[in-house]
Amino acid sequence: MNSAHDMGGMHGMGPVMPESDEPVFHAEWEGRVLACFFAMNAWQRWNIDRGRWFRELTPGPQYLNSTYYEIWLDALARLAADARLVTEDELASGRPAPDTEPRAPTFTKEKVAPALRRGGSARRDTGPGEARFAPGETVRARNIHPRTHTRLPRYVRGREGVVDRVHGVFVFPDSNASLAGEDPQMIYSVRFTAAELWGEDAPNPEDKIFVDLWDSYLELA
Amino acid sequence: MSGDHDHDDHHHAMPSDPALRTRALESLLVEKGLVDPGALDAIVDFYQNEVGPRNGAHVVARAWSDRSYRDWLMDDASAAIADLGYTGRQGEDMVALENTPDVHNMVVCTLCSCYPIPVLGLPPVWYKSAPYRSRAVIEPRTVLSEFGLNLPENVEVRVWDSTAELRYLVIPMRPEGTEGWDETRLSELVTRDSMIGTGLPLSPGDVA
Repeated sequence: MNSAHDMGGMHGMGPVMPESDEPVFHAEWEGRVLACFFAMNAWQRWNIDRGRWFRELTPGPQYLNSTYYEIWLDALARLAADARLVTEDELASGRPAPDTEPRAPTFTKEKVAPALRRGGSARRDTGPGEARFAPGETVRARNIHPRTHTRLPRYVRGREGVVDRVHGVFVFPDSNASLAGEDPQMIYSVRFTAAELWGEDAPNPEDKIFVDLWDSYLELA
Repeated sequence: MSGDHDHDDHHHAMPSDPALRTRALESLLVEKGLVDPGALDAIVDFYQNEVGPRNGAHVVARAWSDRSYRDWLMDDASAAIADLGYTGRQGEDMVALENTPDVHNMVVCTLCSCYPIPVLGLPPVWYKSAPYRSRAVIEPRTVLSEFGLNLPENVEVRVWDSTAELRYLVIPMRPEGTEGWDETRLSELVTRDSMIGTGLPLSPGDVA
């Protein structure tokens, strides 16, 4: 979707503001939001791509005016309601519905560190074994504008680049975010010149921008 | 906070302050048996104490001091980094990017906040914020100059947009004047920003 999260190349966002000795969390609630989000992931009612999509569904003006963890907080409430783990009434009142039978969380504290150290790769050994493009080949990012989740940034759509390396087969977010299956596809690292992306406004035309793109996003140039 | 809080209160019992809203959501999830409060504490503890840029500095220092490790890291970063014990969420599939006298690499996630957490910890606020995400791909050298890094024109800048589940770690150039230094001493020169590509490692004089 062409929403506020897709920021590459925009003007007017102001200076980068590095902070010295930055804490991991700036307030206790930030850590609690992150923790609630990850603990709720364990119910497996959604996946990482759907989580990203629900953060992108934050209305544009709100997205730009929210801190990072506020976006996560709002998205978690919407994900949990969408997955029917909570109801809208419960979110509004902050209380479980009177007839609710409490569940027993299965993601208990002793499981946390092992799970976070293990992670879960999105690489798959299913799907196409052969790469459609080889390193050195020129490809074009398709000019598509899906209304659902995509990881094809607007600033490369319709632009030509050169395949730099082939990463292998991974879950396709556009499909996975919609709970329509993993549809594993080859990912290519595509190298674009600054001149191709920004035309005569590229301050240094020979600088390179590398973007990881799934097979469905590409066509032969 | 908009100041029109009597409007909001007609629609929601949920408060607008994020700390209060978080408390309300957490207590609802706990009461419904959806989350274990001990697990929440353990997740916060993990991100505060188990991961962070000292892990990445260890990887870089090993690459600087051991040529065969450096070759392995460039060939199969996931395996080489896992060999030092740094594995897990948001670091499953790693790629190492080596800076040279001719090439400077920097990493961004224009679409969200993708970051190699096992080796660098959670990303700083600036990395997740609109200015960096919007500008890194269109005016990388201006962004770098705001970090105090002014690259000569003849150095090619390579910006890596983390749009997929590959996570990138920049291997900065080993500072001059560190001949004979051991891995521990070298690792003290490796800053977080030098592994994102928005900074350089410290010089021996900085830590003397």
